[in-house]
Amino acid sequence: MKKLSARRRHPLAALVVLLLALACTGGLYAVFAPADKAQADESAQTLTIEEGKKLYTVGCASCHGTGGQGTSDGPSVVGVGAAAVDFQVSTGRMPAATSQGAQVPRKKAIYNQAEIDQLAAYIASLGAGPAVPTEAQYGPEGADIAKGGELFRNNCAQCHNFTGKGGALTHGKYAPSLDGVAPKHIYEAMLTGPQNMPSFPDTTLSEQNKKDIIAYLNAVNGEETESPGGLTLGGLGPVSEGLFAWVFGLGALIAAAVWVAARTAKAKKS
Amino acid sequence: MSTTTTPESRSRGKAPAGERVADWADGRLGIYSLAKANMRKIFPDHPSFMLGEICLYSFLIIILTGVYLTLFFHPSMNEVEYHGSYVPMQGQLMSEAYKSTLDISFDVRGGLLIRQIHHWAALVFLAGMFIHMMRVFFTGAFRKPREINWLFGFLLFVLGMFTGFTGYSLPDDLLSGTGIRFMEGAILSVPIVGTYISFFLFGGEFPGDDFVARFFSIHVLLLPGIMLGLVVAHLILVFYHKHTQFAGPGKTNKNVVGMPLLPVYMAKAGGFFFLVFGVLAAVAAIATINPIWAIGPYRPDMVSTGAQPDWYMGFSEGLIRVMPGWEINFWGHTLVLGVFIPLLIFPLVLVAIAVYPFIESWVTGDKREHHILDRPRNVPTRTAFGVAWITLYFVLLVGGGNDLWATHFHLSINAITWFVRIAFFVAPVLAFIVTKRICLGLQRRDKDKVLHGRESGIIKRLPHGEFIEVHEPLSQEQLHTLTAHEQYQPAEIGPAVDENGVRRKVSATEKLRAKLSKGYYGDDGQIPKPTVEEYKEITSGHGHH
Amino acid sequence: MSSHDIPEENLPDAQDTPHGTVKLADERNPFADPGLPPHEHRIQDIDERAAKRSERTVALLFTLSMLATVGFIASYVTIPVDKSVYIFPLGHIGALNFALGMTLGVALFAIGAGAVHWARTLMSDQELTDERHPVEASPETKAQVMDDFRQGAKESALGRRKLIRNTMFGALALFPLSGVVLLRDLGPLPGTKLRHTLWSKGKLLVNMNTNEPMRPSDIIVGSLTFAKPEGLEEHDHEFQTQIAKAALMLVRIKPDDIKDKRQLEWSHEGIVAYSKICTHVGCPISLYEQQTHHALCPCHQSTFDLSDGARVIFGPAGHALPQLRIGVNDEGYLEALGDFDEPVGPAFWERG
Repeated sequence: MKKLSARRRHPLAALVVLLLALACTGGLYAVFAPADKAQADESAQTLTIEEGKKLYTVGCASCHGTGGQGTSDGPSVVGVGAAAVDFQVSTGRMPAATSQGAQVPRKKAIYNQAEIDQLAAYIASLGAGPAVPTEAQYGPEGADIAKGGELFRNNCAQCHNFTGKGGALTHGKYAPSLDGVAPKHIYEAMLTGPQNMPSFPDTTLSEQNKKDIIAYLNAVNGEETESPGGLTLGGLGPVSEGLFAWVFGLGALIAAAVWVAARTAKAKKS
Repeated sequence: MSTTTTPESRSRGKAPAGERVADWADGRLGIYSLAKANMRKIFPDHPSFMLGEICLYSFLIIILTGVYLTLFFHPSMNEVEYHGSYVPMQGQLMSEAYKSTLDISFDVRGGLLIRQIHHWAALVFLAGMFIHMMRVFFTGAFRKPREINWLFGFLLFVLGMFTGFTGYSLPDDLLSGTGIRFMEGAILSVPIVGTYISFFLFGGEFPGDDFVARFFSIHVLLLPGIMLGLVVAHLILVFYHKHTQFAGPGKTNKNVVGMPLLPVYMAKAGGFFFLVFGVLAAVAAIATINPIWAIGPYRPDMVSTGAQPDWYMGFSEGLIRVMPGWEINFWGHTLVLGVFIPLLIFPLVLVAIAVYPFIESWVTGDKREHHILDRPRNVPTRTAFGVAWITLYFVLLVGGGNDLWATHFHLSINAITWFVRIAFFVAPVLAFIVTKRICLGLQRRDKDKVLHGRESGIIKRLPHGEFIEVHEPLSQEQLHTLTAHEQYQPAEIGPAVDENGVRRKVSATEKLRAKLSKGYYGDDGQIPKPTVEEYKEITSGHGHH
Repeated sequence: MSSHDIPEENLPDAQDTPHGTVKLADERNPFADPGLPPHEHRIQDIDERAAKRSERTVALLFTLSMLATVGFIASYVTIPVDKSVYIFPLGHIGALNFALGMTLGVALFAIGAGAVHWARTLMSDQELTDERHPVEASPETKAQVMDDFRQGAKESALGRRKLIRNTMFGALALFPLSGVVLLRDLGPLPGTKLRHTLWSKGKLLVNMNTNEPMRPSDIIVGSLTFAKPEGLEEHDHEFQTQIAKAALMLVRIKPDDIKDKRQLEWSHEGIVAYSKICTHVGCPISLYEQQTHHALCPCHQSTFDLSDGARVIFGPAGHALPQLRIGVNDEGYLEALGDFDEPVGPAFWERG
């Protein structure tokens, strides 16, 4: 999202917009096209699911079971929805290493977006679940940043800190930092509740609420976010401030004190 | 300066203007007598003697910036809707206190800078007092006649903590509100009167509408007023006692060697004020502190992870975090030990260091004045106690930040909590033993240096083929400095029978005292310093290394 | 500064003794105090050029301070308060704060550095000695004071006229009570205020996010929702005080996973409502781990097992989170079936 906004000024942006417009037109055509076209779409969809199943069998089935029913090594994925797959696989959390610590960490994704879409389509075909959100859902248009801030402090800050720097949970688990997490993934995480994070379904945290939260997060923890007072010191609050006061504040003053009290060099025959 | 004058020039009545002003003041205030005693007062030079000045100057800076902040801050808890210049808060409900702090940060030009200097200076003030106190402790500067000044300093440290805490609470942001909520819970845990104190403090139920205004008067009037008085008293006593000094050639218990107040210390100390202010202004320009706009207004049903107080309250946070949740219910009452015990240990940790000088003077029974500072190694038991205390303090600081330790070092928060619970008892004991051994080792090395000289690093081959390192004898200055400290003898329990042959009762305190004294000054407490005889015997035999 | 450009005759004699030999001032006691070492000159004391250089350095520092102050005023006037600037490595920061802080810092630091450099290089560095005098008074002074005191005490007749003495002590002891009495109106008496919240039978559970009542189907397993009692609005004067007690945390746990029998009874189809206020010192506890059903307090790490009556399993809290009994009303909305049956939040003496 932040990257997107930065690239908006790119000279090729107009071209991208043009292509998107074309794609939209195509999409609209697909919607209003005669039924035989839809038939073709359906078969394309089937093909995607087939591809997804192949990927699943190779990369996921050993833990989640051949039909997604789950094993002792991994939970059932029936009904988790495409959003959960997109979140877990594109943030690199899945596939997880065989021996995990307290929590599966975020890492570099090993599937590309097309493969992730295929996997998501396959998992979605196993049982109904939340779909991957669209940019209209998580984009900044029509968001109330201040309301998002209030919602963030009520629902998210207790684990993720005031500005999304993350925090500790029990027994080595943690709420990860939200620095640089794509808005889509934040939306998906709220929707699906990955690992120990509770979910915030649309019934209790409306789509608009989620959009507000994402907009707030972008305002206070985006790449361009201004810190009016200077270094944020990690945004961790009084602990890092105390450390800074001791090391740099008092440290500089003690250095000054040493200079003030030190003997001036004496002239000697060498 | 024209105030140094002679009677003749005064009688002529044609003195320069400055002198006439001084004459006028002298006729009313007696400034010449005052200046006679103090203008050329001698202060010894040592970097560690400047630590107190860091505290004094940051205190002055806090007062200056604090007065500025009161011009813009509204200590009120009326709920208002925000429509200022910070976009992510538009339309939010917040107290006037929080809103005015946002305004100071975003609309008053330079307001943010002054706010940040004020807060950074507060952190540095407390940190400065901490190490100043440790310097005084480890060098034994608290001994007679300075015990009362030690207590004044200690009170300043404690009052500084509470002034800091009340100030931290004023903006009524989500972080400080959480701290106030904790305070309410701690007060509620006090048996019998806790609920009443809480209701009186908050004007009813938490959070009510009153605490910001009440904390404001405590923060800007009551506590700083007391502190200002104590600072003045502290300084008067420093002047009156004259500064301590380290042992060295020409420095005795009856003199003080250094530079005169006018002009050297006037320039150095005056200049140091500007250095401190300059550094704090630069720190406030570079790093943000307490960015309340990112924290949000206080709501009792909201919270953020990483909720910590400022560092000086961190050890109490550690106490409260690692305490097991004990609670006793009886006869329709609840004894909240899980909160009340930490609340009791909190002052005890501080009092332990405050009363130490009195315990030491009781053990030594020494009634003389001491103006020559100890090197920490020469008083191993005191040094070990101080290090044990610091260890305890830092273990508790770790406990107070256990969640950040967990996230930054990939540890389990539960494991850290258990570590702190055990280390609270074990680490100070270990620190005590290790420090004492190190001190004794250093004493032995000093003794070797005195008797055998300094290792020169020059290797010499003797005629019969043996390699030896040449030791360089010390100068008399060095010899004196290394042997100037006094060594006490362990106190004995007096004879068990008095002069009439009647058995006398030896009291338990007397026995305890003798035991402590043995620990301090017995064979395990210090290495006997080299004597002149030992030195002569060794140096007379040439070639002996 | 090397010493070779100093006139040879101005250089003092070398002070350090040659290697291997030591001159002892006192042969009988080698540890005796040799007295203050002789004063050594600084380069500035013997070389006027060096002294001039020091003078110029000091003047330069004072001039720098003046320039920085001009810079401070210029920044104040020219830089808009909301201007942001990118400065490596600080990031995007407020331009005005940085400019004002740095100029002020330089202006002050340069004054200090100038004064200290002046003192260190140009003012006399001859060490002086001051005598100390014992703090204790001489026996004569003490005797005089004691005599004066006895005389004064005798003249006051305080020891003789016991009636005056006792009534005076009485009066002095009593009058501070007025001050204590004046503190009474700081706040009301607690009464039973800490025992009650806004919840009562039939009050709907209103979602904090959407401000709407909820149906059981809205809350799915693994989700976390916060609720307030119907009728309590953010603009209400009492909102802060009321929400400090009434804040509610809703989770849904599969009924088979609920270990506590009463918890199951008080829940609705596995939806359980616990007080959001920690029983330790009152932080809003809401770090819910949906796989373990543990709720952690971010302030002091008390951990509660929400699948087992919100029992404390770790940390400093002394008792379980109070549970609110909930059900569904005729229209299918979640409602409270009464107030909490115990006080919420931190424990206190009268809690029992």
